[in-house]
Amino acid sequence: MLQISLRAEEIFHIGSWPVTNAVLLSTIVLVTLAVLAYVLRRKLSMVPGMMQSVFELMLEGALTMMDSVLGERRTSEKYLPLVFTIFLFVLFSNWFGLLPGVGSIVVRQGADSVPLLRSPASDLNFTLALALIAVTLVNILGAAAIGIKGRLSVFFNFHGPIDFFIGILELISEFAKIISFSFRLFGNVFAGEVLLAIMAFLVPYLVPLPFMFLEIFVGFIQAFIFGMLTLVFVAMAIVQHGGEHEEHQPKVAH
Amino acid sequence: MDVQSIRLIATAAAIGMGTIVPALAIGWIGSKAVDAIGRNPEAASRVQTMAILAIAFAEAIAIYALVVALILKFVA
Repeated sequence: MLQISLRAEEIFHIGSWPVTNAVLLSTIVLVTLAVLAYVLRRKLSMVPGMMQSVFELMLEGALTMMDSVLGERRTSEKYLPLVFTIFLFVLFSNWFGLLPGVGSIVVRQGADSVPLLRSPASDLNFTLALALIAVTLVNILGAAAIGIKGRLSVFFNFHGPIDFFIGILELISEFAKIISFSFRLFGNVFAGEVLLAIMAFLVPYLVPLPFMFLEIFVGFIQAFIFGMLTLVFVAMAIVQHGGEHEEHQPKVAH
Repeated sequence: MDVQSIRLIATAAAIGMGTIVPALAIGWIGSKAVDAIGRNPEAASRVQTMAILAIAFAEAIAIYALVVALILKFVA
């Protein structure tokens, strides 16, 4: 029977720090993205080549989609690095996890063998780290836009008993966001890996093909969802509150 | 009934019962989205974005059930 392990297996140690197969593949994704970014930056020109055109298309699409949530192009450009980086990193992680060799190239460790590479998001550590970064940055960016007092007044609101209760709920909901972000991505990718492994185990030829397509699609959708949700939370965090208790309309802080 | 049998049944029940309502929810969201696009084709891209977001939220609940099933099966 095939071995399916919930936790990423350790391949080797650097000093006393264990390196798992998910960390290995996520480092490869990181290096790939960095090299891609560097090469694109070097070859930027007024008359774009093919790679630059493709990325200009993607950026324009991403900025337009962010415009529909944030309202204007200036704010979109301000928050593009966070949202698009999360999207690209998760997308490349998920798609690299489908390449041949991931999961099949094994390393011998004592009596049993362990895959050398594993989809990064199938490790809860990866998704939890991304979720923590996203939610922490949403709070920091919200504080940067409307001030620390403005951000804290969402959680600690002493204008009345109901507002206080809502503030407590908002605080709990921040932690719920962390859990929801991490488990959504982890569940989707890990379940996809298990599904592919079992399909390949049952019928090795032809039948895994539609499931590979499903995983390509799911990988894209989950990356999109992660980025989009981060964007929506940032959009909610930078809106200036306090307008409901006074006469003037609430407005978005830049 | 020993613990191993109960664990197997619990694993199957967790994922089986946990995905009924999210599946219904995703179906409802999809049908409302299609209705909305039918009424107002110009708002199609905004409705589509909203629908995909809502579907991801609904799916996350099914994923929670899946995670419970996975923990039951693979972690002690």
